[in-house]
Amino acid sequence: MSSNKESIVRTLIVALSVSLVASVFVAGSAVTLKPLQQQNSLLDKQRSILAIAGVEGERLSADEVRELFNRRIKAEVIDLDTGELSPDYDPATFDPLKAAKDPKMSEALAGDQDIALIKRRERYTTIYLLEADDGSGELEALILPVRGYGLWSTMHGFIAIRPDLNTVVGMGFYQHAETPGMGGEVDNPNWKRLWPGKTLFDAKGRPNIEIVKGNVLPGNPKAGHQVDGLAGATLTSKGVNHLLAFWLGDQGFGPYLERLRQDGGARQKKD
Amino acid sequence: MPRQATDVLFDPVFKNNPVVLQMLGICSALAVTTNLNTALVMSIALTSVITLSNLSISMIRNQIPSSIRMIVQMVIIASLVIVVDQVLKAYAFALAKQLSVFVGLIITNCIVMGRAEAFAMQNPPGRSLLDGIGNGLGYSLLLISLGATRELFGAGKLMGFEVMPLVTADGWYVPNGLFLLPPSAFFLIGFFIWALRMWKKDQQEKPAFRIAPQVKEG
Repeated sequence: MSSNKESIVRTLIVALSVSLVASVFVAGSAVTLKPLQQQNSLLDKQRSILAIAGVEGERLSADEVRELFNRRIKAEVIDLDTGELSPDYDPATFDPLKAAKDPKMSEALAGDQDIALIKRRERYTTIYLLEADDGSGELEALILPVRGYGLWSTMHGFIAIRPDLNTVVGMGFYQHAETPGMGGEVDNPNWKRLWPGKTLFDAKGRPNIEIVKGNVLPGNPKAGHQVDGLAGATLTSKGVNHLLAFWLGDQGFGPYLERLRQDGGARQKKD
Repeated sequence: MPRQATDVLFDPVFKNNPVVLQMLGICSALAVTTNLNTALVMSIALTSVITLSNLSISMIRNQIPSSIRMIVQMVIIASLVIVVDQVLKAYAFALAKQLSVFVGLIITNCIVMGRAEAFAMQNPPGRSLLDGIGNGLGYSLLLISLGATRELFGAGKLMGFEVMPLVTADGWYVPNGLFLLPPSAFFLIGFFIWALRMWKKDQQEKPAFRIAPQVKEG
């Protein structure tokens, strides 16, 4: 028997059947748990949008997050090239990340334009508006999706800015795979707390925000445009710099922000 | 030397602890113990993986050709880890995010592979199951005590609830930030080993060599 067990045919049969059983288990669990996972990741995204927009979102239950999100946050799809709203797409179902992979819905970026290393940029994207709690519909913050490559992974996040279109309300990432404890510290609440109040643009409206190495010197005239670096995470910090420069610049939300400035701040007309 | 079933189950907890005696699984013990929540979830994840992997490997141990036994063990362990990861993402999303890569890294956790190769390949399913639970408990014991100590002294909390009010929140406790950094887990594991070996003297190792006394020249 034992010599039989070591035969090539036997080995192949065991290898095949073990792989088969294992793949059924893995595929089965992935498929059956997918709806729950998607629900979780949507909830996580909503939670992080609320937290980045400065609405306390960490300790809320799932239902409270959904309720708060539906009440305070309005999603809109915009055309990134023109900066205009695109009523053709429903913000509830439009998926900018899927669009970025579709050649018809996105454009490839040339090497020198692609500073955030995202390869393709979608033509339309979803932005979020935080409205005042009193029902007046007054804008409190504009929440823009940003993404770019850090050290290991594409980091997906949001930056929320005040209606003056310059001052940061909050910044953070909801998905990334940077080194835990180093680049992963982009999630550190203490670091994220450095962002509110920073200003993003210079006098001419060009993006001007930078994560510096070490600490920001308090007296320095550029301090309002600088954020402390993450220790031991130079490449992740650079990645954040690049992705902000990209998305706040002409390739990203530049045209949209320019249109809002011309319309007199971000006070949007109801469409 | 057929051992008692209870020995198989409880030996790995103190007598033959996988982390502090065999020095396995240290990496994850440093990484996921900054707070008690992640330590608990990691303990549960590893215990279920090691239990099920021991059980399933033991059940087919007589069929596995020795030339591919390691690969077969890896396939089983890896599949179990993926299933556990999927379950965590579905039912404990926030914690799964905090644990990030470390759930996936259970695949390479030496304890799981070590028990599969050293125990489950030679023993019947029932005992292998107990051995898996026991080793899971041994790992969990260390992880949970590390997690509790680090969170308590590093952040003044346990499972996210305030135990010692921090100075920054008008309390009296000045948190020791070192406890939240990976090196503190090394110190704590060291103290744990010391305490355990004071209690169970037979775990003390003989020095590998002694420095010879100094000899005067000439």
